Amino acid sequence: MTDFAGWLMPLRYGSETTEHLAVRSSAGLFDLSHMGEIAVTGPSAAEALDYALTGWISRLKVGQARYTMICAPDGGIIDDLVVYRQAESRFLVIANASNAAVVLAELTERCAAQGADVTDETDQTALVAIQGQNAPAILSQVTSLPLTDIRYYSGAYGEVDGVPAWVARTGYTGEDGFEVFCPAQAAEQVWDALAKAGGSSVVPAGLAARDTLRLEAGMPLYGNELGRDVSPFEAGLGKVVRLDKPGDFVGRPALAAAAEAAEAGTGPARELIGLIARSRRIPRHGYPILTEGVQVGTVTSGAPSPTLAVPVAMAYVERGARGPFFIDVRGRLEPADRAELPFYRRSQQA
Amino acid sequence: MSVPAELRYTQEHEWVSIDGDVATIGITDYAANALGDVVYVSLPAASSSVSAGEPCGEVESTKSVSDLFSPLDGEVTEVNEELDDDPGLVNAEPYGAGWMFRVRFSGGQAGLPAGLLTAAQYEDLTKSAE
Repeated sequence: MTDFAGWLMPLRYGSETTEHLAVRSSAGLFDLSHMGEIAVTGPSAAEALDYALTGWISRLKVGQARYTMICAPDGGIIDDLVVYRQAESRFLVIANASNAAVVLAELTERCAAQGADVTDETDQTALVAIQGQNAPAILSQVTSLPLTDIRYYSGAYGEVDGVPAWVARTGYTGEDGFEVFCPAQAAEQVWDALAKAGGSSVVPAGLAARDTLRLEAGMPLYGNELGRDVSPFEAGLGKVVRLDKPGDFVGRPALAAAAEAAEAGTGPARELIGLIARSRRIPRHGYPILTEGVQVGTVTSGAPSPTLAVPVAMAYVERGARGPFFIDVRGRLEPADRAELPFYRRSQQA
Repeated sequence: MSVPAELRYTQEHEWVSIDGDVATIGITDYAANALGDVVYVSLPAASSSVSAGEPCGEVESTKSVSDLFSPLDGEVTEVNEELDDDPGLVNAEPYGAGWMFRVRFSGGQAGLPAGLLTAAQYEDLTKSAE
């Protein structure tokens, strides 16, 4: 168990490598109740979120989800978010646990002027995720929801083992799978129902497996790849900034300038890349990257990849840096090759 | 968590098994559990000399890396080459197939460092760490 943003979280239930591989080959069960759930409601909720976030949220149809960001006026990332349009006038914003308080405060301030209500539902909401190719078959045993109708990045209200829930086809593993939001007091019941339905084809998976799964899938983690000093364009996520939406939004002038620089080839100063180590020593967060003895970047996340069986990393390097790259692994330079992100892509899209 | 009575232990969560003038060294069950899945072990070279309390290798797991220390002065006589292909042996059998390296030390029992812990002392150490 480990302390994670004030939540006592399982780092692993058994072997994190086994948990990782189970998600890749069958299914894994995650307790993600630490995530922040913030409801934005009212007739003007959609327009309020268009102003508060980088995404064009008012374009979402009921049931759709969107990966988006909340940025500071200078364009720095306050948090990366998933937003669900659960009803015409109700949106659920999912924030990282470590940022939930600041996202709540910012949303409250940004949405107040637009007349939308912002409510923190984190404490009364549990989140159980089932991820992996066998997730639909397992979940279908305990819900009457027609899961084939729930497309990737969408969700629906229904019941899971009789518990009222918001069931979404989203996740952070690079696999097909579902996230089940339910009342906190029913979390154990939902967990047990999914574990029982899955039998030997599902294993409980902890934070360590979640981290290597998202790293293989090339998904950024706030605090590693994303932060207040990082713009979405540096992270290769410029597409979440919808400069084509009407009206003002927080950070627009700074983000528009960053987009222009990216277009003109004069920015950003650094870019996020993938690296595959040629040594077995693992590049970890914060390790310097050198070319010809000069530092050209820094590792943001690194781990042994259970799928590829080599160490992999994500890193910021000076834009256009071509290598050869050497990672300073505790005083010794280890060679690494630039790799396309993601490191892993599942063979079939849901 | 297992702490075999016949072994000696160090503050760095390593175990030492003495046979004549050769000590076999590995990391404890407690250490292997705390690290999580061990994915790479860097061991000292055979015939190299090692010094008590100084790092002579590394143990890498998914989430962290730890130095491997030699508990005594001497010469490395053998390293566990199986760990190169199967570092998971450290988790599966920390006191058996997961052993790491052997050191020939001089001076007989008198050549052993004074700070080695008994199994009972080591258990107390791990309990106070929790």
